[in-house]
Amino acid sequence: MSTVADRNDDFKALGVQVLSVSVDSVFVHKVWNDTELSKMIGKDVPFPMLSDQDGSVGRLYGIYDEDAGVETRGRFIIDPDGIVQGFEVLTPPVGRNVNETLRQIQAFQLVRETKGGEVTPAGWKPGRKTLKPGPHLVGNVWKEWTVDLARED
Amino acid sequence: MAEEIQVGCQRPAVHDSQAEVPGTDDAGIQEAVKESRSSMIKVGKPAPEFSLPAYVDGKFGKVSLSDYKGQWVSLCFYPGDFTFV
Repeated sequence: MSTVADRNDDFKALGVQVLSVSVDSVFVHKVWNDTELSKMIGKDVPFPMLSDQDGSVGRLYGIYDEDAGVETRGRFIIDPDGIVQGFEVLTPPVGRNVNETLRQIQAFQLVRETKGGEVTPAGWKPGRKTLKPGPHLVGNVWKEWTVDLARED
Repeated sequence: MAEEIQVGCQRPAVHDSQAEVPGTDDAGIQEAVKESRSSMIKVGKPAPEFSLPAYVDGKFGKVSLSDYKGQWVSLCFYPGDFTFV
C-alpha cells in the first residue's frame, strides 16, 4: 500500500479516488500509518483506509480468503457510473504494479471519453496509436497496427 | 511453543480449506456450499455497494462506495497492515 500512497498524486491527476481495505481495525490502520507508512512516504496516507473486520465486503468482491481470514490482493477499477471496468487479484507475496494500474485507468478513460469510438490495443500507453472499430477495420487490423508496438515499453 | 509459525506475507491460516461443511457428506453439496461462500464479481457490472469504518485524515469515520459516485475509484484490498509487500 505504501507505493499506492506514494503515487496518490498520479491517481488524483486522473481524477481517481483510492480506497484501501483490509480486515484490520481502524486503530491498527492509524498505528500502521503513524509508525511505518508515513515514514516510508514522508507524509500521512492520503486516502481513506477502510476496515472490513468481518470480511463481508471482501466476500462481496470475491477476494476474501476464508482459510487465512484475510483479503487477498484484489484491485478493482470502478468508473464514475459505479461499473467495474477491471480487476486484478494476486496472492499475498506478490505486490502490485502501480504503473500498470494507472495505464489501465488511462485506457478506460480514453474509451469512455470517445464513447467507445477508440479502443486501446495491447500494450497501449497514452500517446500511442488507438484503433477505431468499424466495418472497415474487420480483417484489416494488420494494416493499422503491428505487434511490435505492444513489445515496446 | 508447540509449533513455530513461519512469518509470511499474511496472517497464518485460521481454517483448513479441506474442512468439510458440517451436516452433509454429499460431495456435490460440499462443493456448492464452498462455491457460494465467495463468488467473483464481473467486469461491466455494477460494483457492490458497501459502507465501512475508515481511518482518514487523522480521524475515524465511515466511508461508502456511493460517496464517490461520479468519480473513478481504485479499490485496493490487501492482506493486512504491517505485512511486508
